[in-house]
Amino acid sequence: MAKFTKKKDGDLPAVSTASLPDIVFMLLFFFMTVTTMKDNTLMVDNTLPNASETKKLEKKDRVIYIYVGKPTSQYQKTFGTEPKIQLNDKFASVSEVGDYILQERAKKPQDIQNVLTTALKVDKEANMGLISDIKGELRKVNALKVNYTTYEGDAFRNIQ
Amino acid sequence: MPRRGAPPEVNAGSMADIAFLLLIFFLVTTTIETDAGLDRMLPPIEPPEEDVVIKQKNIFTVNINKNGQLLVEEELTELKDLREKAMAFLDNGGDGTCNYCKGAKDESSSDNPTKAIISLKNDRETRYGTYITVQNELVGAYNELRNREAQRLYGRDFTDMEAEYLNPETDEDVREELKEKVLRIQDLFPQKLSEAETTSN
Repeated sequence: MAKFTKKKDGDLPAVSTASLPDIVFMLLFFFMTVTTMKDNTLMVDNTLPNASETKKLEKKDRVIYIYVGKPTSQYQKTFGTEPKIQLNDKFASVSEVGDYILQERAKKPQDIQNVLTTALKVDKEANMGLISDIKGELRKVNALKVNYTTYEGDAFRNIQ
Repeated sequence: MPRRGAPPEVNAGSMADIAFLLLIFFLVTTTIETDAGLDRMLPPIEPPEEDVVIKQKNIFTVNINKNGQLLVEEELTELKDLREKAMAFLDNGGDGTCNYCKGAKDESSSDNPTKAIISLKNDRETRYGTYITVQNELVGAYNELRNREAQRLYGRDFTDMEAEYLNPETDEDVREELKEKVLRIQDLFPQKLSEAETTSN
């Protein structure tokens, strides 16, 4: 009889946490695979406008980004408050856009060089004059496919 | 009998902590969103070989001034009315050759959706946000008409079909099938949206 009563005095057995690392590792691998590191730091204010008729920009390797907006507060002393173009990690003038596109295009594999899209990430407070100049430059280097990147939302919120 | 064979077990208790640390790092740095936006084609820089004569009534002019006001077909228009006006213009079918149009068949408006052109002009000082709203409304007008036709022909929204067609994860044979449908709808209402050079006054 003693054999059977012995167990009774113990408390609840501890929950085994041996599989906890496995679960956490599973999550870890999930996030590791879906992570994309932000590759450039924004030096301009970039509040995109809203639009409802958007299309998704698939295949990130086929996209060249151009940022436009007012310099952020830490750069305003040196660069002023007028909207500027940011290419990669530095400010640029309109005339440099063409060269930048050609450079980026040359970096891509040959077979996708003709299907590249230029994503214009433009702050909604920017003026169209600058955008038109950029579009002119893009036309000069024959980068005709553009995507005005926006947030999903009601387009009428842009006008206030 | 003393146990001799088994080596002492390595304590794996802190494994979870290390994994959690990594997990939290990746959680913080992750951005899953894919960008979305309005796709547009810019006109090529070299002018077309021959000059194409376009009748004035087939052109729908939209002007945006620097205060964000709209002049549509020489008429001051509210932004929220733009989509309807554009749809009425595209869907008009003035010369009677368009058998799927449901518009007013007005003689003085566009002949056929395939001939109708929307011309968008803006000032250099127009705000980008306003410009995008106008673009969005015009694309929306096309999408609504295309959706209507797609619903009639295939019982499904055009935007929905197009999204599936463009999604790289869709199967190859499904895409082939969709391609035909998407192209057919696009032919019914081709997106002819011309963006003229901006004016500076």
